[in-house]
Amino acid sequence: MATSLDLEINGKKYSVAYPPDTPLLYVLRDELGLTGTKYGCGEGMCGACTVLIAGTARRSCQIPVSAAVSKPITTIEGLERDGALHPVQQAFLDAGAFQCAYCTSGMIMSGVSLLQANPRPSAEQIVQSLQGNICRCGTHPRILEAVQRAAETMAGRSK
Amino acid sequence: MNKREETFLLEPERYEFRAVPMRQFALERRDFLKIFGAGLAVFAVARDVSAMQETAPGPHGFHNEELPKEIGAWLHIGEDGTVTGFAGKAEIGQNVRTSLAQTIADELGVAFASVRMVLGDTALTPFDAGTFGSRTTATITPQLRKVAAAARDLLVAKAAKQWNVAAEKLVAGDGKVTDPATGKSLRYAELAREDIGAQKPPAEDPIKPASQWTVAGKPVPKVDAREFVTGGHRYTTDLRPEGMLYAKILRPPSFGATLSSYDESAAKAMKDVVLVRDGDFVGAVAPTVAAAEAALGALRVRWKEVPQISDGEIYSYLKKNAQPSKEPRFRQAKGSVEDGLAAAAHKLDASYTVAYIAHAPLEPRAAVAQWTDGKLTVWMGTQRPFAVRDDLADIFHVPEKNVRVIVPDTGSAYGGKHTSDAGLEAARLAKAAGGRPVKLVWTREEEFTWAYFRPAGVIDVKGGIAADGKLTAWEFHNYHAGMSGIDTPYAVANQVTEYHQVPLVLRSGSYRGLAATANHFARETHMDSLAHAAGMDALEFRLKNLSDPRMRAVLEAGAKAFGWPRQKSGEGQGFGVAAGNEKGSYVATFAEIFVDRKKNSVTVKKLVEVFECGAIVNPDGLRNQVIGAMIQGLGGALFESIQFEKGRISNAHFSSYRVPRFKDVPEIEAILLDRKDIPSAGAGETPIMAIAPAIGNAFHDATKVRLTKLPLHPELHLLG
Repeated sequence: MATSLDLEINGKKYSVAYPPDTPLLYVLRDELGLTGTKYGCGEGMCGACTVLIAGTARRSCQIPVSAAVSKPITTIEGLERDGALHPVQQAFLDAGAFQCAYCTSGMIMSGVSLLQANPRPSAEQIVQSLQGNICRCGTHPRILEAVQRAAETMAGRSK
Repeated sequence: MNKREETFLLEPERYEFRAVPMRQFALERRDFLKIFGAGLAVFAVARDVSAMQETAPGPHGFHNEELPKEIGAWLHIGEDGTVTGFAGKAEIGQNVRTSLAQTIADELGVAFASVRMVLGDTALTPFDAGTFGSRTTATITPQLRKVAAAARDLLVAKAAKQWNVAAEKLVAGDGKVTDPATGKSLRYAELAREDIGAQKPPAEDPIKPASQWTVAGKPVPKVDAREFVTGGHRYTTDLRPEGMLYAKILRPPSFGATLSSYDESAAKAMKDVVLVRDGDFVGAVAPTVAAAEAALGALRVRWKEVPQISDGEIYSYLKKNAQPSKEPRFRQAKGSVEDGLAAAAHKLDASYTVAYIAHAPLEPRAAVAQWTDGKLTVWMGTQRPFAVRDDLADIFHVPEKNVRVIVPDTGSAYGGKHTSDAGLEAARLAKAAGGRPVKLVWTREEEFTWAYFRPAGVIDVKGGIAADGKLTAWEFHNYHAGMSGIDTPYAVANQVTEYHQVPLVLRSGSYRGLAATANHFARETHMDSLAHAAGMDALEFRLKNLSDPRMRAVLEAGAKAFGWPRQKSGEGQGFGVAAGNEKGSYVATFAEIFVDRKKNSVTVKKLVEVFECGAIVNPDGLRNQVIGAMIQGLGGALFESIQFEKGRISNAHFSSYRVPRFKDVPEIEAILLDRKDIPSAGAGETPIMAIAPAIGNAFHDATKVRLTKLPLHPELHLLG
């Protein structure tokens, strides 16, 4: 049965009426129109639906909406600040790290999560953190380069 | 005759082009009568599309339109100077929205930023047979160049007339016509009027040679890239038109199963749910996906299943059920293979197999359909919007002009989105939804099960060489996989190549590169074995049997970059090479692998690939696409295969169908040879086809074990 649930997404408060076991992904996309977060497999195996919950990358297709109540959620739409892209978004843009770009939101969210936890990741750590994200177009080298570049930009800024 | 107007033969392994659309609806009789009147029955038939033309009317039953000749159908110059190009192609990640805009900017003489492309919309763009066969760059790029050149020349002529000077004295560029003598200029937007749109480009080819390109030939970033890094782009799966409902389909438990009983009483009682049963098709429409799923879950149905072939018996089935060749082009022969083998110093026979694989585009098949006053609009990620429109018009018995198919830039396809399935299903359900738009998104499991696959195949090869390493005989039989890349590029006087058709087991069809990957795997592996039989270096052996200078050039450039022949620096190292040409482009791939017998692991350490497709339109986009094909090729080479048992796909999930991930990606070097003297060919496919044999040959170099099955699963061959 539908239950009233309070969510905090990209700094905004929402109240939605949904069955509590509905995956967060469907609430984001179908109810709130935040379609930047993608459906790719519904099984947590492809990473297209990656969002940040309390700062950590999570597969929104595997999180019941009730488990996300009262925790800050960030989606791809929430990364821009005053018209300026997040350094990870900017790095993807600069590296041309996409082809069809359907995986891009999830890749960027995984990259943001990694760099928040580990601002100076090694190449192996970047690979490890993106291992759960599938890119079917084979853009992997540019995606790794983008995350590396973003790390450098962010390190430069925090100096 | 213009090159674009030549008929091209459709490869036989494009099985999905010839198939009857997956859905045939009975519909309600009153809908039917409204259109055709009583007493007339229409049945959809399999279309004969073996020969397709892009311009002239096609064979009976296949809808082909005359391409518009008028400039205005392809190009529009707005009063604000914005230039709009129109093409029926789909953007599926191959970056044509950018490369086509580059082409127009280059030829017309305007800033790249002022050009936008309208693509894949049956109401707005000229007819197009589909985005397949690496044909966009080969055919639509020159078409748009021709139109842009004609428009530019007409604008110059108008300015010349206005200023009463000779047109040759004027310069076109930067969005304006300038008279260098006076310094006067007129913007295109001031000169352009409808009279230009109504004109036709002259028959001769006035387009710029690649050596004079200024915008094309340069790296240009993806035009709307910012939309993709912000999540702003709306793929089909993201659309949410006002009042939209969600659809789910009840899938049978196995291929070929039919409904034997159907009870919807419990489901029908559910609020806000519309159920549709049409023959064996059952679907539900509801305000949420969950409600539609719940309705389907409440149905009581029984299915009658039918016997099906399973994966364990597929290769023997394909050999046993081969049919006599139907078309002369299926068999090519010259000289006498028997004589050639008799004269050979070394002879080798081998049989190779190739598994079914799935495209697994990250955006699954999806469509949004809406009926308004008997007119149908379908948004859909498809590579063939006009073919989808034709299917919709046929099956719903509406005139083509009342059906519009729009392709939002799509989450990839790789040859997998040629059919109308999701559009037909969404449109059928929308017909019951009272004019509201209905969205259907296939689940990953549906995508892995109900789409079509790259066909499995068996390839039997016989080869003979003389003592000096020259090929004397070549016999090549491909069962079911297909004909692309079947002809050997190596010089051999005595040869037979034959494609053997087999009735479909799993629904099959186009896949990036088609059968070129299977045929190159078999041929380039066999060539490696022959080189070893002759005691020759694998590269030297190939070059000895090759006369095509473009093929030699990619091999030689690759050898230089890779350092072939390389000395092994340690235990377990292996090097391999493979090459080929297809669809007007050339590829050579060099692989380095590392075999760790203690850990029972095989690692692809490095891939060097040289690719040449004539004059390069966008080096940045091309590099992205070539590396992408190499990485995608690793999957089919190493581990991808569809498993099936009793009409069910056993690995219809990303957890059980392994695709390449970050840890699988080796060090990659892609070398692009730019041949400004050769017309540009497409590049989406050929770079995939030499990956598997290069790796297999490297494995042999490391272990002396010859791998003859795709996927290679090399680690399985380290045991015992």
